[in-house]
Parts: sequence; C-alpha cells; structure tokens
Amino acid sequence: MYDAPHTERDVDQQDIKISARKVQVYYGTTHAIKDVDCDIEDKTVTAFIGPSGCGKSTFLRCLNRMNDTIDVCRVEGDIMIDGEDIYDKRVDPVQLRAKVGMVFQKPNPFPKSIYDNIAYGPRIHGLAKSKADLDEIVEKSLRRGAIWDEVKDRLDAPGTGLSGGQQQRLCIARAVATEPEVLLMDEPCSALDPIATSQVEELIDELRQDYSVVIVTHSMQQAARVSQKTAFFHLGNLVEFGDTGKIFTNPVDSRTESYITGRIG
Amino acid sequence: MTDASMDTPRPRRAKTSLVSEDARTKKRNAAEKRFQAYGILAIATGLFFLAVLAFSIVRSGLPAFTTTVVDVNFTLTQEEFDEAEGQLFKTKAYSGYFISALQKKLETENVQVAFDEAAIERIMGKIGSTLREYYTANPDQLGEEVAFKLNAASRVDGYFKGRVQRETLQDSRFLTLADLDLVDALAEAGIIHTAFDWGFITGADSGVDNPGGAGIGASVVGSFFMMLVVLLLSLPIGVAASIYLEEFAPQNRWTDMIEVNISNLAAVPSIVFGILGLAVFIQFMHLPQSAPLVGGLVLTLMTLPTIIISTRASLKAVPPSIRDAALGVGASKMQAVFHHVLPLAMPGILTGTIIGLAQALGETAPLLLIGMVGFVARGYPDGFISGFTDPNSAMPAQIYTWAARADQAFYEKAWGGIIILLIFLLTMNIIAIILRRRFERRW
Amino acid sequence: MPVFWLIVIVLALAAAGYFLGRGRALQSAGGDRRHLHSLPTYYGSNVALKAVVPACLLLVVWLVAQPFYVTNVISGMIPASDIPEGSSRGLVLSEVRRTAEGLDNAVAAGVMTEEFARNARADFTDVTQRLKDANQVVTNQITQPVLRAAQKYRIVNGTGNMVMTGAVILVALLGALWGLKETHKAFRARNSVEKGVMALLIAAASIAVLTTVGILFSLIGNTIEFFRLYPASEFFTLLEWAPSFSGRGGASSLGVLPLLWGTLYISLVALIVAVPIGLFAAVYLSEYASKPVRSFAKPMLEVLAGIPTIVYGLFALLTIGPMLLSVFGPDGTGWMGGQRAVITAGLAMGIMLIPFVSSLSDDIINAVPQAMRDGSYGLGATKSETIKQVILPAALPGIVGAVLLATSRAIGETMIVVLGAGAAARLSLNPFEAMTTVTAKIVSQLTGDSDFASPEALVAFALGMTLFIMTLGLNVFALYIVRKYREQYD
Repeated sequence: MYDAPHTERDVDQQDIKISARKVQVYYGTTHAIKDVDCDIEDKTVTAFIGPSGCGKSTFLRCLNRMNDTIDVCRVEGDIMIDGEDIYDKRVDPVQLRAKVGMVFQKPNPFPKSIYDNIAYGPRIHGLAKSKADLDEIVEKSLRRGAIWDEVKDRLDAPGTGLSGGQQQRLCIARAVATEPEVLLMDEPCSALDPIATSQVEELIDELRQDYSVVIVTHSMQQAARVSQKTAFFHLGNLVEFGDTGKIFTNPVDSRTESYITGRIG
Repeated sequence: MTDASMDTPRPRRAKTSLVSEDARTKKRNAAEKRFQAYGILAIATGLFFLAVLAFSIVRSGLPAFTTTVVDVNFTLTQEEFDEAEGQLFKTKAYSGYFISALQKKLETENVQVAFDEAAIERIMGKIGSTLREYYTANPDQLGEEVAFKLNAASRVDGYFKGRVQRETLQDSRFLTLADLDLVDALAEAGIIHTAFDWGFITGADSGVDNPGGAGIGASVVGSFFMMLVVLLLSLPIGVAASIYLEEFAPQNRWTDMIEVNISNLAAVPSIVFGILGLAVFIQFMHLPQSAPLVGGLVLTLMTLPTIIISTRASLKAVPPSIRDAALGVGASKMQAVFHHVLPLAMPGILTGTIIGLAQALGETAPLLLIGMVGFVARGYPDGFISGFTDPNSAMPAQIYTWAARADQAFYEKAWGGIIILLIFLLTMNIIAIILRRRFERRW
Repeated sequence: MPVFWLIVIVLALAAAGYFLGRGRALQSAGGDRRHLHSLPTYYGSNVALKAVVPACLLLVVWLVAQPFYVTNVISGMIPASDIPEGSSRGLVLSEVRRTAEGLDNAVAAGVMTEEFARNARADFTDVTQRLKDANQVVTNQITQPVLRAAQKYRIVNGTGNMVMTGAVILVALLGALWGLKETHKAFRARNSVEKGVMALLIAAASIAVLTTVGILFSLIGNTIEFFRLYPASEFFTLLEWAPSFSGRGGASSLGVLPLLWGTLYISLVALIVAVPIGLFAAVYLSEYASKPVRSFAKPMLEVLAGIPTIVYGLFALLTIGPMLLSVFGPDGTGWMGGQRAVITAGLAMGIMLIPFVSSLSDDIINAVPQAMRDGSYGLGATKSETIKQVILPAALPGIVGAVLLATSRAIGETMIVVLGAGAAARLSLNPFEAMTTVTAKIVSQLTGDSDFASPEALVAFALGMTLFIMTLGLNVFALYIVRKYREQYD
C-alpha cells in the first residue's frame, strides 16, 4: 500500500527525528495499530488524519509512551528517536516525555496560577537555576505560546479562568517550557472556535522553526494548512504517507481518495 | 506572533541519551519509589490493624464458646436418697455421696490425689444442691446410672483457658494451689475437660457474680425485636419519603429543607438520637424503659436518613424512559411510580435497607441512654407483644454491660458476644451483596 | 397492650371496608368493571384509607395528649405544701406515676384486688409493704397525697383509654362508611386514593424534619432548664468538671471546657492516625494499585468501616490499652498510668476512621479529571510528582471536606471513648493520661439512678446541645465544601 515513501520526498529534506517500524498496538485483545512504518522529520509539521477510531491518536500516544498509563495497552515493534529505541527497557518514560512533549485535545490547564502552570515542567525537570531564571523561562514560553501579551498582567490568576483558546495556547506554552525536541498535538483545536483555532494554527507554524511537530487532526483543511507531511490512517493501518500537497491533490491509494473526497469517514 | 522566532532557544538541557538515566531522573525516580512505598505502607498498616483486630476477636472470643465440664457417672439408690432427705443438712449428704463416687472413679483410673469437700465445692460449686435438685425433679432416675456433665467453677474454667495461672495464683477461699493439683489430676483422668458451651448461645445474662452462666441468647432476642421494629417502620417510611422526594416533590423551600435535613441527620452523632429517645419516648411519652420497642424507635429515626439516601439513589438509577413509557400508555404518575419504577428499584432499596439494619444492629450508644444497659436480661420475653414492651437487652448493649463489669471473666463473654454480633452483621452484608449481584441491572 | 389490639381492630375494619367498597363499586356498575371510572381495587382502597388514616391520626394525637391532660389533673391534686424539701413537683409526679404502675402490676400479679387498689388509704394499710411484696419498686414510703393521686391517675388513665378506644373505633367506622357512601361507578376513586397516598408520602418525608424538631425540642428544653439551675457562665468558663454524686445540692462544678479539650484531643490523635494512612491508602489504591490489589485491599479496608463501634471500644480497652501499657506503662517507659488514655481511645478511633477517610478521598481523587493527569505525564512528570503537585492540590477542597466529616465523626463517637478514654476530666497535654469527652459524660450523667430534675443530669442535655451544634456546623461546612468541589468538575 505504501511502498516508496523516500522517492517522493521534497528536496529540502530534513533529518529523520522519529522512525517507527512494524509498530503494533493492542488494547486487550483488540489490534488497534497494525504494522505501521513511519518516519517523522525534524523541524517539520506532520499531520495524522483519518476517520474516528482509525488509530491516529493511539499511534501518537505511542511516540511518548503515554499509552503506558493504560493498563491493557501493549506496544510491539520499534520506535526510535534519534536512533534510540524508546521502548528499550532502560528508557525511563519520564525522561522520554520531557523530550517529547504533548498537547491534548481538551485544554487541560492545572488548577494553579498561570505562572505555576508554565513553571511546573521546568521545576520538575530542574531547568531553572534561580527564581529569575524561572521567570525568564516562563516569560519566554508564554511568548512562544503567543499568549504573553494577554496574560502578562495576571500571571497569578488561575489558568482555568482563561478562555478556551487562551487555555490551549497556555497548554502549548506549558509544553514548550520543558524544551522538548518533539511536540505531539492530539487534535489541539477540536475544542476551540474558529478564531482560536487560527491563532493556534499560526502558532504551530512558528513552532516548526525549532521543533518537530506531530499533529493529529480531524480536519483535512487544517492538515492542509499547517503540515508539510501527512499520514492517512484507516482501521489501524497507515494507508498513505507523504507530502501534504501530494496526498491532498494526488493520492495513491483509493481509500485516501475516498476519505479526502468525503466518501468515508 | 513574532516572539518565537526572535530568540533562538538557549539550550538549557544538554542533549542526553534516552537509554541512560541522568542524575536528576535517578533522584526523581527514587522519590517516586519512596512515595509509592508510603502508599503500600499505609495500606499494609490498615490491613495490619484489621488483622490484629480479627486476631484479638477470635483469640479472646473463642473461649467464650467453650466451658469446662466435669464428667461424672453417678448412681444414687433409693435408700441413699431417703437417707439424705432424712438428714438435717441434706445437700451435704449429697456432696458426700458424690465425693465417694468420685473417689471410687479415681481409684479405678489409678489417680492418687487427696481432696475434701471444700475443694470439690471450690472446683465445682455447690454440687450437693445440684444433685438434690436433679433427683427431686427426676425421682425415676434413682437407682439408674446417670452421666452428669457439670460446669466447673469460673476460676477453674479460667485455669483451663489461661486466665488463671499457677504462678500468679494466691490461695483464697475461691481457689488454692492444691485445688489446681486436683484439677490437673482430674484432667489427666479425663474427668474434667472443656466442651462446647451451648449455654452461651442460648442462655440469658447472669448476675455480676456468675460469669460462667452468662449467655447472649436473650439479648439476641432483644435485638431481633428491635430490628423488627426498625424494619417495619423504616422501610415503608423511608421508601415513601424517598418516592416523594425523588418523584413528586416540587422544587421549593420545604423540599430543600427536607433534603438538607436528611443529609445532616445522617451525620448527627448516634448519641444525640439516644438523647432524643430518652427525652421524647421515655420522659415525654412514658414508654417503658429498656424496651426493644423504644430501642427500635430510636434506631429507626437513626437509620431513616441512611435508607432514604440509598433508596433515592436506586430510584434515580431507574431511567426516565421507563416512567415515560408508563405515562405514554395512560398510567397516572402514581401508577407509573408504583407499578414500574418501584419494582425496578426494589433490589437496590432492599440492599440499602439491609445495610442500614446492619448498622442499626451494631449501634450501642443510643441504647445506653434508654436504659438497655442498666437492665440485666435474665430471661426470655414470654410472648410476642411482651417481646416489644418488656425490658430486655440487645446484643451490643449486652456486650457493653459485660465489658463494664469488674470480673475479668466477663471480658471473654464480651468478645464471644462480638463474634456472634459480627456473624449476624456478616450474614446481613453477604445477603446484601448477593441481592446486589443477583438483581443489579445496568441501564 | 390495648393499643396493639386497637390497631388490629382498625386494620380489620379497613380490610372489611376494602372488600365492601370493591363489591359495592362493582355492584353499582352492574358487575361489569368496564363501567367503573377506576379499577375496583381503588374503590376498596379508598374505603380502607378513609377508615385507617383518620383513626390512626386520632390515636397518635390522643396518645401524645393524654399524658398531658392526666398530669395536669394530678398536679392539681398535690398541694405545694406536700412537696418535700429539695424535691420538685416533677419528682413527686413521677413518684405518683411509679406508684400507679406499681398498683397496676400488683393487681395484674393478683397480689391486690382491684377494689383494694382503688380504695386503699395509706393511713390504714401499709400499701408500700404490699407493693414491695409484689416485687414493685417503690422508693419512699407512700404518702397520703401520693397514693390519692396515684389512684386518681389510674382512674383518669383508665377512663381515657376507654374513651380513646371507643373514639378511635368510631372514627374508623365513620371513615369507612363515608368511603362506602361515596362509592359509585362514576366516583373518581383513583384520584381520591392517589391524593391520599400523596398525603402519606409527604407525611413520611416530613418525619425527617420532625426528627430534627424532636432533637432540638429535647435538647433546647432541657438545656434551658439546666441553665436555670446552673449558671451558664460557669458552664462555659469553669476549668473543672466535678459533679457531686449526692445528686442534690449545688456543690457540683460543671465546666464544659475540660470535656471539650478531651474530645478535641482524642479526635486530634484519631485524625493523626487516620488522615495520613487513609489518604495514602486512597492515593495508592486509585493511582498505583493493580486491579487485583485494588479489588482485594479496598473491600478489606472497608470492612473496618462496617465493624460496630462497640467492637472498637472493646478493642481499645482490652487490646490496645494493655499493649500500650506494656510499652509505655510502669514496666516500660513509665509514661502511662493505666490502660485508659487519650492515646488508647485515639488510636482505636483512628483505625475506625481510616476507611472513612480513604473511601471519601478515593471518590474525590477519582473525580479529578484524567486530563489533569495526562497533562502532567505529558510534560514528563512522574506519578508521584503528578499526585503531589497536580492531583492533591486539585482535590484539596474535597479532601478538607472529608477530613472535616471525619472530625465530626470523631467528636460524636461515644463507645470508644466510654470504654477507652477514662472517666476523669482533665486539662492536660499528656496523651498518655486518661481524659474524658463530651459524649462519655453524656452517657455517665444520664445512665444510672439519675434524677432528671437535677443539674447533674440536665447538664447532659447542655452537653448534647454543644455536641449537636459542633457536629452540625462541621457537617454543614464540610458538605458545602464537598458539593462546591463536585460542581467544579461536573
């Protein structure tokens, strides 16, 4: 189905950040992800699209081992980040998640102040040497999250008091604050209105400068807008993976075409 | 939106390999392990307390179910009977017969030990009068061999159960060290031994001076009548109140007040219900003190909030579609509730009621105030109605009474009573669990 | 018991009315039930309800009112001069009541003839002696006015009971007849029955309010009576609790503060045991434990909650006390004098509260949305960091509520302190000393041969009031916090 990904790459090819080979995921007896091979490049936005329940979120959660928190979930195959197998016994998922940050579907700020929300990650990872250092990290992360101007006067206000779009940008800033190398986003805009969505999308585009971003989305328009690479999942299979432009204009697989034209999904 | 590109991130984190734990992660993981250990420790402590509790109940309570008995085969002839009855100290004559019979038995068993009448009396109580009572009541047994199982004195019983020890025993008019030699000899001959004590289960309370004869039976009956009152009152009232609040009550001040009231009543200390019972039922209405009826009324008021809360939960669990369906075929709202919702909620209601009853069964404090403790339940009520109105004790009150007595021999009875009480509670809870498993419906 | 038979008679009337009503309804419809407005059973139930409800209402009102009336009548018979020094009208009246009951029982036992009981004069025959012979408890020598009053009491009560029986049966009959009279095929029996049932439902729901009213009534009335006999300022400020045992006379010092101190100190020890253990157990069970561990440990811990408090009381007195004594007693460190101590009761109470704290906290921790945990894990936090810095702060209000509820439980707990804490009121900081609590003193002041009119007995109601207000305040506050907390995540 997906046989020659490398031949169709753009010329400005980036380093491969994450490479997945023959990944299988089981929930109890359900085979949720079947034989997925996929390479995710550095400083690129990769979008995972596909109908509900196709396994795109499950695969995303494999990349920073968030699935470990689910008892019945079992992952097989190899997922390498910078050439290191993240499912190696010696790997501490805590260390991994510091490297591979995650933003969730629903904005989930902690019931703390805005400042403490951002400072949480740097604190637990010991990134700041002093209070001033931490202040600097917080300010920079909030600027990165494109929310600094809105909250700079009320850093002590609870994060839960912000609007939905602000909350999601706060969560992105929070993820950025730990200085990850990869940023995973699980449908980050599904709970947001169009204006907030466009703000977040703009932000994603800027984040691409420094990170490898993987975004799961329901919206094909969003995938087309923000991503350079797109992967189409269907029933646990990675059906097609390639340049976004190519997937949307000239898909190889008939299932991809049906999905994009709205016949399945 | 230009901030991000403005300053390139200063690398705070050195590029590290995933497969090797850095120092900080090591420290954090150690903290994680410690935290987890606290959790395990907490649970282990809780379970340890439970185990200690169970162990002390069983260890201290089981002896209450056994008693020390003396097995003697004894034959009294008509002539001996007549002779004894002709004497001035009749019981003394019977003691004499008994001692010679015992001596004979020991000789055949080849046990050499000397004893006198006083020693026998210390070990076995007033044996003469026991024998005399028996033969006056059953004259036809004269001349026949009768196998007597006679209860030993409470201190001898204590000796067998380890409550009385040789080393710490001081000779007194109740027991001497020499008596213990005799007891040991008798035990060796198999004449004195411990046996299951049915008297504890079926008997009534004895006075403060006779721990051996105390039984829990009468107070079980008292508890039974109390629970009958609680069941008969709290189930219908609780269900009616819940139906009103859940299905019919309009949202107004009065309903709000009732709801707040119920949730607060559920947390009022039980002793306050005892005060209520004392002031209203006994002082004001002059109902009889120590009566299971009053105890039942007080416990009803105490259990009602619990039953109402669980009943409302099970009514709420019946989906509205059932009500709509009934209303849709032209049933009145009342009919919809009584014909459809209530039967569906019944298993849940019964489970809640049984658990409420179990709580009420073990409750002690209110019973203290309505006089169930001062009363010594020496016998069973003699009829159904007097079962409600005659003064009686109840299981937890009886246990408290025993625990408060000076004679340590009663402690064993108190623990034994706890075993019986817990067996009842366990049975009720198991019934509740079975009911729930069997009939629970998931919508 | 005539009331029992009276109820049986009323119920029998109702049953008869049910069948008559049903039959009459069917008859009016010519035997075809389709012509009836309602189902035939509703016509029957209508008659039965009309027979039972008014009759039972009358019965209850009568039973409550009659003692008042009788007491009033009797009270008028006893001149103030006949009330002995140091006694009160209430005491004399209860003596009258006792005597009357004694006479009743003596007649029932066949020791006295009815004639004798009615006409005896204390001057001529030694009624006291005869009552004692009949195994009736009679404290004082019966005086002339008391005996007269007792005899009158019996007569008035007897007449009252007779009239009541007649009136109740009459009302039941009238109700049944009324129900029967309106029974006709066009009569809306169902609506009528449903109205009646609704009234019964409302009455049942109101019992909760009545209970509260009853509690307040019994507490407030007697508390006011207490403060009339004993100055409130001393009750609230005196640092000593020493009731006189003679009963009469004002030599008692009844200060609530030492009792409050004991109560709070024991509760504090209990919370120090229960809160960390309960909280850590809840955290472990909800965040770490595998399914099998959870399904074993959770119900096992909850077993502790199902054990009656009397068991914990005995456990404190006979297991924990001696155990602590062997370590801290004269043979050990020498800190502890006897097995009854603050720490004994506190420890037992703490064990009792562990499942209470843990199951409440478990609920509350589970109410924290999974998204919070995901957010924290996604940032690379460990489980314990997530729990300490995200989940517990988020659950804090709920946990505070749970601890307050546990405190209220501890303050109101009776059996453990009665058996394990001791009897002497003390203001001391030493947890190895025996102290006593509000609840324990309520029990000790109200059990035994207390005379309800003395301040030594009435103080129990003031203590009860204190206890009620304290626990009520804690409960209302805790429930408010917990509810607010729940709303936050709903």
